[in-house]
Amino acid sequence: MEGFGFSVLKERHINYDANDKSIAEYIAEREPSFRTCIECGCCSATCTTGAFTNFSLRELQILLKRGENEIAREQISKCMLCGKCILVCPRGVNTRNVILLAREAFRKLMKNEV
Amino acid sequence: MKFDPFVIPFNIGLFFILIYAVVRSIIWFRALSRPDKLRLQRGFFGRPFGQSLKEIFLESLIHRKIFKTNFLLGYMHMSLAFGWFLLILFGTIEADIFGDSHLNPPYKAIFFKYFNPVHGMTGIEAAYSFLMDLILAFILSGLLLAVIKRFYSRVVGMRKTTKLKTLDRIALTSLWMIFPSRLLAESFTSGAYGSGSFLTGSLGSSLASFLPAIEMAYPFWWLYSISLGTFFILLPLTRYMHIPTELFLIFARNSGIRTGDQPGAFMEMQIYSCSSCGICIDACQLNFSAGITNIQSAYLMKGLRNAEDVRDIASNCLMCGRCDIKCPVGIELTPVRMIARRSGDSEAGSKNGIWKKYFPERHPVAPEKQSHEPAYGWLPEAKVPKADVLYYAGCMTHLTPAVKNAMVKILDASGVNYDFIDRDGGVCCGRPLMLAGQDREARELINYNSQLIWKSGATTLVTSCPICYKVFRESYYLNVEVLHHTQFIRRLILKGSIRLSFLRKKVSYHTPSELGRRSGIYDDPKLVLMHVARFQKTGFDDENSLCCGGSLGNTRISHDQKNKIALDAVHELTKADPDILATACPLCKKTFAGVSDTPVADIAEIVAEALSLPVPPAGRKGKKILKHRETANID
Amino acid sequence: MHKADKKRVVVIGGGAAGLEAAGQLARAGCIVTLLEKESETGGHVKNWYHLFPDIRNSDEVLKYLVRQADHGNITVRTGVTAGSLEKNGKSVIVKTSRGERIISDAVVLATGFDLFDSRRKEEYGYDIYHNVISSADLEVMFREGSVKRHDGEIPQRIGFVHCVGSRDSKVNNLYCSKLCCVTAVKQAMEIKKHIENARVYCFYMDMRMGGALYEELYKESQESYGIVYIRGKVSEVSDNIDSRLIVKVEDTLAGRPLRMELDMLVLMAGMEMSESGMRLAESSDLQTAENRFFAPADHHFGSNRSNMDGVFYAGTCTAPMNITDTISHARAVVADVTDYFRNINA
Repeated sequence: MEGFGFSVLKERHINYDANDKSIAEYIAEREPSFRTCIECGCCSATCTTGAFTNFSLRELQILLKRGENEIAREQISKCMLCGKCILVCPRGVNTRNVILLAREAFRKLMKNEV
Repeated sequence: MKFDPFVIPFNIGLFFILIYAVVRSIIWFRALSRPDKLRLQRGFFGRPFGQSLKEIFLESLIHRKIFKTNFLLGYMHMSLAFGWFLLILFGTIEADIFGDSHLNPPYKAIFFKYFNPVHGMTGIEAAYSFLMDLILAFILSGLLLAVIKRFYSRVVGMRKTTKLKTLDRIALTSLWMIFPSRLLAESFTSGAYGSGSFLTGSLGSSLASFLPAIEMAYPFWWLYSISLGTFFILLPLTRYMHIPTELFLIFARNSGIRTGDQPGAFMEMQIYSCSSCGICIDACQLNFSAGITNIQSAYLMKGLRNAEDVRDIASNCLMCGRCDIKCPVGIELTPVRMIARRSGDSEAGSKNGIWKKYFPERHPVAPEKQSHEPAYGWLPEAKVPKADVLYYAGCMTHLTPAVKNAMVKILDASGVNYDFIDRDGGVCCGRPLMLAGQDREARELINYNSQLIWKSGATTLVTSCPICYKVFRESYYLNVEVLHHTQFIRRLILKGSIRLSFLRKKVSYHTPSELGRRSGIYDDPKLVLMHVARFQKTGFDDENSLCCGGSLGNTRISHDQKNKIALDAVHELTKADPDILATACPLCKKTFAGVSDTPVADIAEIVAEALSLPVPPAGRKGKKILKHRETANID
Repeated sequence: MHKADKKRVVVIGGGAAGLEAAGQLARAGCIVTLLEKESETGGHVKNWYHLFPDIRNSDEVLKYLVRQADHGNITVRTGVTAGSLEKNGKSVIVKTSRGERIISDAVVLATGFDLFDSRRKEEYGYDIYHNVISSADLEVMFREGSVKRHDGEIPQRIGFVHCVGSRDSKVNNLYCSKLCCVTAVKQAMEIKKHIENARVYCFYMDMRMGGALYEELYKESQESYGIVYIRGKVSEVSDNIDSRLIVKVEDTLAGRPLRMELDMLVLMAGMEMSESGMRLAESSDLQTAENRFFAPADHHFGSNRSNMDGVFYAGTCTAPMNITDTISHARAVVADVTDYFRNINA
């Protein structure tokens, strides 16, 4: 019978196999340090934009890596490129380039300005 | 009138290049903005004209600036440029005086020996031949150096030399052929007729002793003419375009035209004026500390000239401005790079069609992309402080709390009415966006901060970060005086608002690129340091200062590469074994502190330390002490 | 006759590893000279108050170690620094800061570690804000029996920052110091013992609870002590007018930036190769790894051997270790040293 019993709520899941991870790949290829994030949140903590908006660089990166591009796309233009995050990152991720490359990737691959 | 078919290639080349030069000059002139056109016209009939002539002689012919950097390289450039100039000048005079008619076509001077083979045997003629041989020998010696440099760049003291593309290679070969073929042609002719001076004469007679000189001479005259013709025709497509362009550039610059922030004719002139001498490559820390050898300004200019996609090159630069200072042609390399960064995603310009190559699209850089929505609509409504002096610590300074605390201490001690704009962190000044080529977005932040500053009613804006300082001063429309904290502290000292004791410490000072070369503030920081400590020179002072490596100008290099640059810089700056390595930028401080064994401190911290010590006995006014110390404490 | 009998061994460093190694070597028949750069032996252990995981008093361990080294074959020389090592045939000559040349048959390096200098993380404000202290400072407070702010107040809200100088390429320490996590747990619990109503927060990147009974301690700290764990690396610290500290951190599990006002902040300083060890490595061509610790000859079966014949390693000069592992490593060096004597005699 339709709609009876348990079923997986699709929206709840990251559909890892189906998600398009090309943006993340585009970034990682050009900026390998993108891969080395350990999700410590230092960048988001120090971020001025993050203090005023729901922008989180850490979250943005992990979303791109999981192919949740739409959520990331809405956020990415908020960054002011001030570079504080570069200074605090314990893994030496070149965060400014990650942002620039992500914008570029959306422009090129999705034919869609952020 | 004497004529021989072999002069045809030369004539074609010569007339081609002359016509081309005129057409190109007109195109450039028309592309200038109205004010720039006026400047150039005024310059042409005024003092700048004389200055330009002098500069052309000193720089385009003698290559004085290259001499200053590197003697052998200077000699090489001078012998080719000045030597060739002398050869043409004296060749024309020779043809005029000793030829059978006056007002000869140009080829008569160039191929004088062919048409007057027996000239130069006796008396004044012999002396003149000697002079011509001497000039030829002078050029050939430079050519020899050029050939050696191409294969072993270190011989002329260059660590790296520029790489070539095919057309450059053909043009280079034809350039290299010109003078040896002239030497051989003249020598054979002289050998056949028993004329010629110490070079062509003696080489000629020895060649003629075992070779049929007359028959051998003729093909070399052809070769000489073809080499010249080829070189002239290819010239606009190669880096040798710098020879005629530089003259135009010097006039334009002396007339007061500057790059600004838009692509245009002046930028194009600069691009074509680059001779690829490679001095910028040697000056570049990305080259000698991080081993990145393909992004230096010479390559950027080449890429722009060839309408290639230069975004990778343009982005991979510390924007420290060391190459601007060293460039012997005086090209505004960093402003040109900024324009290249601003270009959108437009693909490289059209590469096909020979016509397009000779007359490329006017803007080798795509215009700024226009976007619609504001990027920073989220910027909050902020509470505006009311104060005389506004202190903007800057984003980076929040990560160096010692600097911020020192400034608070100094501001408190000075008794001025001040407040923070960004006590808990503020909105970025906008310069990092500009450095990434995103001016429109930067403008939004600039407008936001400007409003805050306007509303505060302040008369002075003090910042600790040179990155902010530069943008506040240049890109904000403010009715306040903008000061870097080193300037502000110096004023407080001069006014006697703060009294400082003298620390018995040796201090070396690192000039931050943004504060020094990019904003021209060299003396204030040093004078403040001399007032409170023993100041030591470093060998990399003022214009020759190094980049710390942490620059926000470069979005490409890795943390490790930054560290390499920082390590090398610290090594150089601490050679005099200072107790403190002082700087005046939170970013420089943070970058150096990560790799330096010598303690690194901002000038504000050193001043704050001097503040906390007992003040010198009353009666000695700040001003007097300052004068005395500024002169007495230079090691 | 036993192969190690009457062999001369110099042990450099009188901390946990050096004392244990000297004791074991002496019992194996060696004539041991123990060099300690400070005025007394004991190393870092003597600065510690209680030790994890069983909160035993560090004095008991110290007593044991000193007793180990109390042996007729051991000469303890304090205030002496080793300058360099030099091979001379089969023997190794130790040049000391006093200009002596001690001839030995083998040398054991137990030069230990230095605690990371927290001033190098300027954004955390050590030495700038009065109430930012290091884990070592807190241990001293515990020993003195009073945990107080600079102004004499009893702190009510205390934060612990994990990974200060560890797992941080910005200070060139990519490695994990292994002990800071569990030390923070232990110290957080002890704070609660000293200040009953205190609220204690640990800011961590990962809780690395790999040792025996660590996880149990972690759970106990949550269950019985109410320690709050927040996953996020602190990015910067500032102070307000009341000289309370404000930490900025992202609560990465909640996905939101978090600001917190604290009375005191404790920085869990990591372990680094000691200065003296680094000088020895440089002067004597001993190989070091990328993390600057001595590189053992083999990671699996030669962790006590160096690249120089007759020179051995014990303890934290090769990697961060807890006291248990350090003592085990120091005991293991004896097997390598006696093996070595057997081989060169054969």
